Amino acid sequence: MNYVPKINRRSFVAGTAAVGGGLALGLDFLPSGPKVVRAADGSPEIGVWVVIRPDDVVVVRVARSEMGQGSLTGLAQLVAEELECDWSKVTTEYPTPGQSLARKRAWGDFSTGGSRGIRESHQYVREGGAAARMMLIQAAADMWKVPAAEVTAAKSVLTHAKSSRKTTYGKVAEAAAKLEVPKNVALKDPKDWKIAGKPLKRLDTAEKVNGKMIYGMDVKLPGMLNAAVKASPVHGGKVKSFDAAKVANMKGVVKVVQVADNAVAVIADTWWHAKSALDDLKIEWDPGEGGKVSSATIADILKEGLTAEKAFIGNQNGDIKAAIAGAAKKVEAVYAYPYQNHACMEPMNATVLWTPDKCEVWTGTQNGEAAFAATIAASGLPANKCDVHKIMLGGGFGRRGRADYVAQAVLIAKQMPGTPIKMIWSREEDMAQGSFHPITQCKMVGTFDDKNNLTGLHMRISGQSILAGIAPQRLNPDGSDGATFQGLNPNGETAFGYTVPNLLIDHAMRNTHVTPGFWRGVNVNHNAIYLETFMDELAAAAGQDPLEFRRKLMANHPKHLGVLNAVADRIGWKKPAPKGVYRGLSQMMAFGSYVAGAAEVSVTGNKIKIHRIVAATDPGHAVNPAQIERQVAGSFVYGLSALFYGECTVKNGAIEQTNFHDYNSLRIAEMPKVEAIVMPSGGFWGGVGEPTILVAAPAVLNAYAAATGKRVRSFPLKNHNLAMA
Amino acid sequence: MPRLNINGKNYDVDAEPEIPLLWAIRELVGLTGTKYGCGIAQCGACTVHVNGVATRSCSFPVSAAAGKNITTIEGLAPNGTLTKVQKAWLEHDVPQCGFCQSGMIMAVSALLKTKPKPTDADIDAAITNICRCGTFQQVRAAIHAAANA
Ligand code: FES
Ligand code: FES
Repeated sequence: MNYVPKINRRSFVAGTAAVGGGLALGLDFLPSGPKVVRAADGSPEIGVWVVIRPDDVVVVRVARSEMGQGSLTGLAQLVAEELECDWSKVTTEYPTPGQSLARKRAWGDFSTGGSRGIRESHQYVREGGAAARMMLIQAAADMWKVPAAEVTAAKSVLTHAKSSRKTTYGKVAEAAAKLEVPKNVALKDPKDWKIAGKPLKRLDTAEKVNGKMIYGMDVKLPGMLNAAVKASPVHGGKVKSFDAAKVANMKGVVKVVQVADNAVAVIADTWWHAKSALDDLKIEWDPGEGGKVSSATIADILKEGLTAEKAFIGNQNGDIKAAIAGAAKKVEAVYAYPYQNHACMEPMNATVLWTPDKCEVWTGTQNGEAAFAATIAASGLPANKCDVHKIMLGGGFGRRGRADYVAQAVLIAKQMPGTPIKMIWSREEDMAQGSFHPITQCKMVGTFDDKNNLTGLHMRISGQSILAGIAPQRLNPDGSDGATFQGLNPNGETAFGYTVPNLLIDHAMRNTHVTPGFWRGVNVNHNAIYLETFMDELAAAAGQDPLEFRRKLMANHPKHLGVLNAVADRIGWKKPAPKGVYRGLSQMMAFGSYVAGAAEVSVTGNKIKIHRIVAATDPGHAVNPAQIERQVAGSFVYGLSALFYGECTVKNGAIEQTNFHDYNSLRIAEMPKVEAIVMPSGGFWGGVGEPTILVAAPAVLNAYAAATGKRVRSFPLKNHNLAMA
Repeated sequence: MPRLNINGKNYDVDAEPEIPLLWAIRELVGLTGTKYGCGIAQCGACTVHVNGVATRSCSFPVSAAAGKNITTIEGLAPNGTLTKVQKAWLEHDVPQCGFCQSGMIMAVSALLKTKPKPTDADIDAAITNICRCGTFQQVRAAIHAAANA
């Protein structure tokens, strides 16, 4: 993983290993048997996931991206667990997607989103570790001429007990590398884990405290120039004209170029010069149809969807129409959730060197293969002449799963053949060109019989589909977007946790020209607010305790109930809260994990003080509980920033917010005390980075309602003159 | 040509006087540990010390920095021995993505110089850096640990 920033032109041309997370691969062709593949430093691969150096350092290959969520460490733990190596000598490196393609996708899927990094690759990376261990054991057994079954492996040491012989992984690595990679490998029972499942420290911290970690923005290449870029502020708009001559003579400016049909870039010696010139450049835009759109027009379209005849059905049982018609009591509420920008701490950027026969990219990406595909398409070169070197991400949260910025950087560099170009978006550009958390409204209707039993629930979501906006090939054949029902599906990894006799959850898809995207937690952010605050409204209408009201509906959902009970116990739900403090609950399933939250707040005037949030996660298997706790607390910062402050509004088709002064983010003073309960129940693999984000907002809103009797149903809270204390 | 003293070394930088110190440090001197997050003094990712004072370098012109002692994250532990703050950061495994952490560590280091044993309220008042990953719980614990080390 350690990126080597100082490179000279020769090593740069000679190979990619010195300048990226990539590996330079050499092949030893043996007269017979398999070939040995070597890492950049000449150390042999023991299967594709493991490289062992003579000094016993173990290099674990990681295909998924590290953006702060810790899965680089978690994946290494899983490999190391099966490898039985010395954890203190483990390091990691990224293969490149080009190398992966050349080796028939040896490292599988690179995409790192949907909290999938570990849960969708644990099987094959563990098998990779186990296979390497078997090869090392076999190599030692061959050397000692003893049966492999008599050789044991632990902490990178191989032992033949009968003859009291010992050797280390580094010493037999060369021999092991020449063996066939075994196909059938048995994995350990997780209850026997010694490295995985433990709260180990991250592997990538040292360089994050001394300024040495290289992020995409820090890449330096010989002769590199810098580019600042501005795309049509109205998504879908085009460049009409620009007056390059006006800025061509400004200090440092090298070239002003159009990028595709929708953007203009200034290339200069430094990024500061490029940006300053771009700020002075007059660009005329053709905003297209989107230019007529505003937040108010979007709200009208969404409102119409709340009562529209036609909608895609996500979950249904019983007869909701009959339940509503025959209800003794009916409760209704309408909600709205705004656009959010990811606002990764590090704005989007990519560095590209394009020549007529090679295109190389250095960038922070959540999906190396998507960045690679974008590079191939934009460069006009075949796949075997392109590659992408992954650099540490200064945050991702879903934004860096898209490769729009990579394509843009390639299109700029293509206009400067042979010169490396580092393109950086200003924060303002990053705000304008987001892939926004979709905007939705929701109408909830609940019905009761005359004994205050909940008989029906209709949840109508009206709003934007992420898939329709950025991945239409993933829509269902009927045009519906399955992802809109996260947390609400009848079953699967985002299953609804209540049994209601008559249920209808449907989605009126209403798209806009604003580019949507996967924003940490994705559709559960609003789905959980709608469902879980309405659950409290229903409990209140029935005169019941919110916990008991939920429990009655959750008998068939023991794992959902398990996490809810855990937070209720920890917060002391059955005991009175401290004076002036009020509590709220929430629960849902998302990304394969069951999560619940309980918040304690007090309200003084228009200030809400969040004292404490307890969150429980059942991810099936917990690979690193310490990192899970950090993800829980971190997800709350992200989710609560959105709840209190976050809103991107649209005027004349463009996003109005431009920087952190009008798209605020929670600071340390507002940070509640977070208590994470990690309670893996085994038997399944759930995600971690995203699920808990959903519990914070509804738990806080329910606690606020308990404190004040007031229900807030549109967000962010700043629009109701409410602030965090 | 302004002369900048950064981490004890002098650099003559070819910078117009109004260029923000951040970009002089990153692009002209070549030290990239100091980060750009907003450019408008909102996030603190660009925090350096100017004569010992925590300063958001994105909004501080190079002309005002000339002749002063500037310390960046790279100069915090000049001979490689980590400071108490850096050690506490390692021990508490604070960084997630890490992009905000140079600025966070510089802000905290300045705070501990003026308030060696800060209370939670002192921390709340002095540390206003944005961390989108949300590391604040670990940041607070690590500040107290560093203060008590
Ligand atoms: S970059 Fe200077 S405060 Fe954000
Ligand atoms: S650690 Fe990622 S922004 Fe703070």
